[in-house]
Amino acid sequence: MSNELLKVTNLVKNFEIRVNNGARRKKRIVQAVTNVSFSLDKGQTLGLVGESGSGKTTVGRCILRLIEPTSGSVAFEGQDLGSLKFEELRALRRKMQIVFQDPFASLDPKMTVGASISEPLIVQGVPGDHADKVIELLELVGLSADHAQRFPHEFSGGQRQRIGVARALALSPALIVLDEPVSALDVSIQAGVVNLFEDLQSRLGVSYIFIAHDLSVVRHIADRVAVMYLGKIVEIGDQETVYANPTHPYTKALLSAVPLPDPKTERSRTRIMLEGDVPSPVNPPSGCRFRTRCWKAQDVCAQEEPMLTVRPSGQMSACHFPES
Amino acid sequence: MTEKVLEIRDLRVTFDTPSGPLEAVRGIDLDVEAGELLGVVGESGSGKSVTFLATMGLLPVRARVTGSVLLAGEQLIGASNKYMRSVRGRLLSMIFQDPLSALNPVHRIGDQISEMLQSHQNLSSRDAAKRAIELLDIVGIPQPSDRAGQYPHEFSGGMRQRVIIAIAIANNPKVLIADEPTTALDVTVQAQILEVIERVQERFGTAVVLITHDLGVIARVADRVNVMYAGRNVEQGTIDSLFDHPSHPYTRGLLASLPRPGKQRLKPITGFPPNMLNPPSGCAFHTRCEFAADICKGELPNLVSFGDLQTACVRARELPKSENFA
Repeated sequence: MSNELLKVTNLVKNFEIRVNNGARRKKRIVQAVTNVSFSLDKGQTLGLVGESGSGKTTVGRCILRLIEPTSGSVAFEGQDLGSLKFEELRALRRKMQIVFQDPFASLDPKMTVGASISEPLIVQGVPGDHADKVIELLELVGLSADHAQRFPHEFSGGQRQRIGVARALALSPALIVLDEPVSALDVSIQAGVVNLFEDLQSRLGVSYIFIAHDLSVVRHIADRVAVMYLGKIVEIGDQETVYANPTHPYTKALLSAVPLPDPKTERSRTRIMLEGDVPSPVNPPSGCRFRTRCWKAQDVCAQEEPMLTVRPSGQMSACHFPES
Repeated sequence: MTEKVLEIRDLRVTFDTPSGPLEAVRGIDLDVEAGELLGVVGESGSGKSVTFLATMGLLPVRARVTGSVLLAGEQLIGASNKYMRSVRGRLLSMIFQDPLSALNPVHRIGDQISEMLQSHQNLSSRDAAKRAIELLDIVGIPQPSDRAGQYPHEFSGGMRQRVIIAIAIANNPKVLIADEPTTALDVTVQAQILEVIERVQERFGTAVVLITHDLGVIARVADRVNVMYAGRNVEQGTIDSLFDHPSHPYTRGLLASLPRPGKQRLKPITGFPPNMLNPPSGCAFHTRCEFAADICKGELPNLVSFGDLQTACVRARELPKSENFA
């Protein structure tokens, strides 16, 4: 397994919140991420999908240690990030970058685009004047050299997202966490940014964690996909297998809920309509967390937590009554 | 054919901005037929929301609105505030993306529905409260009589959007305008809300205008669709003809840019949407269009029947047949 870049083992993140309950303030624990494990190979893309509150963003931030995990380990190129000192972690961060969802909030409006892109180089103490590097990066993401002197407000959403990508690429990282990188963009613009991610991967061999709620985009870009529900991975496997042959009822329902841009398919599809909403992560259901919305749920689902198990089609899913 | 409940003719909306006048809607013609579900699709800034805010009389006074909007034969553009107040909620309702900001946090759900009923119908409080519970039941809220006594913060996002729909249909309007009603919701909840909208449309014969940027949502629920670009209608027709053989290069581009099963490379539309302070001459799409010729820079093209679609493209007849996207 020399090709393995990232290994996440039993990652847990609990947030403590205070709830005002009349006159009394109570402490509650939000179980944002519970026992998440996966690995990512060099040059590969793992799609992390799930609805709001499923913990996908928290997983992304725990990997970069932008937030401190409660327990579990994240190993990057074989090194356990949790055992590193601050300075060592900082040195390793140049190999791990992130691109955020909102291209309007993630760039400093008072900095020129060139200054934003060269900032990571300065922070990491890369010597020299970075003008050439900035031009190279701008051209790499499909912008031009003269854009370096301009300010973010002069750019459209798609262009800003490209600037964010150029900044993430400045230190030639091995891993980029893409947190909903195309959700804020119009459809016609999305396609260009998705193509850019693919081109950069084939040219630079960078690995991606692609976090998104849009299942069609993930299907397009990911090699492997992990489906999260209420802080846990319920199904993980090769993209083609999971999409063609979902074995967890939640994956199946999620895929069937996505409207496809094709009226004939839409009319002939049978849809699984889930009841209700995602329960609160403050007080998740016992056993299988999906059981309150699952049409297959039995008593055992409330008593015993299902483990991720390898299915005949190759992926792993956590369900007592998997689909075949 | 069927009766037209809403007829929009040459609607134009201009905002005065510090950088000069901005024409956000530039001559829209659009019909809504009784009981149909019309999808309106376009990217941000295409004027799709402004068109219907103008229809509802909800634009700020500084917006200059011209043209004609007939609701069951009655002119809405230039109508008095008093008349518009009697129209909104009774004949014409609109729901928005964010259901929380549309509800009053300090009033009970049932009272907010009753308020809408009593402002247009002569109902006693008791009858209005009873009807409010029935409406909650219609939109699929479990234990409606208990839930009517609760406040908005006790409802989830999907449940709040159901409440908004209940308020919008309380007086059985002719047209329900839904502006991105599921954009803020998760996909499993989106499926539920779309089902509620379809149920309302079928049960009460309400015409629904569904404004969205998601072509998948259009394919799922719409009967007909209108495609907007830069404040103009560029193509309209039934969903089957539009998805089978789109004529307008913008519609083709939109459909081609969507990710589909399989790993073929995505085809983005080049460039980006125009700055509406200074839109391109002629067809606003010519700057991004792969088929653009000199003729496209001349006049603004109008919708022309082209097969079973209406298309605003001067070159529509000369273009190669499009890919089938259905």
